[in-house]
Amino acid sequence: MTMTLPFLILALLTLAGGIAAMTLRRLVHCALALTIAFAGLGGLYLNLGAEFAGLAQLLVYVGAIAILIVFAILLTRGDDEAHKAFSPSAFGGAIVALAVFAVLAWAVQSSAVAHPADVTPAPSASMLQIGLALMQRYVLPLEVIALMLTAAMIGAVIIALREKRQAEEQRP
Amino acid sequence: MNPLAGCLLISALLFAVGLAGALTRRSAILVLAGIELMLNAANLNFIAFWRFGPHPEALTGLLFVVFSIAVAAAEAAVGLALILAIYRHAHTSDVSEITEMKG
Repeated sequence: MTMTLPFLILALLTLAGGIAAMTLRRLVHCALALTIAFAGLGGLYLNLGAEFAGLAQLLVYVGAIAILIVFAILLTRGDDEAHKAFSPSAFGGAIVALAVFAVLAWAVQSSAVAHPADVTPAPSASMLQIGLALMQRYVLPLEVIALMLTAAMIGAVIIALREKRQAEEQRP
Repeated sequence: MNPLAGCLLISALLFAVGLAGALTRRSAILVLAGIELMLNAANLNFIAFWRFGPHPEALTGLLFVVFSIAVAAAEAAVGLALILAIYRHAHTSDVSEITEMKG
């Protein structure tokens, strides 16, 4: 069995979005292309049978992180960002990324997973199973994640507000 | 090519694109976006191994991805808050102009 057509379309959409996000010069265009890449990845998860992960990806990445990135771009708008999009050592960085991809592709091609195998039918992951797993076996990671999200939210607010508070203290 | 190898190759390509973006872009926001792309490539690997692996009923890969998405959301929030703080301090978000902490 080879890859299906919807999978290929979603993969092409994701890769095109990712490449556009990393090569376009305007930051807002990059954010929109990045959103396309995230949405394509959510579609890939749905295509692979992971409905919960796909919908979580759509909610968190397309809904929240893309908006966060757009807000950050608009709040840090530089004066002339168009003509200096890439760093002076961009060529070396591209070479390093290409080498990493070559090594990864070689590892995938030479490993056991590249040989044709019989594809099992899509495993069932109903909301009942996921909920039971989250509440029984994975309840400790769930609590740790909840604590970490709270800490990250408080930390983000404190980091982003520090400069303003100092400015207010200096004013009187 | 079987679907698992296809997923792994797409994930490797996405990882390389994210790495190239993180290494070559000057805007700190796009460096963070490249790191997010690399995280997503790893998530795609988890989903692919869950889907085509031997024991999908354990739901390990799926739940790891859900936790990973939560961690990535926290990372993005803190990272963008740091970029905003640096922008207020240095009045630029260009990573090659922020040289005050260079060793």
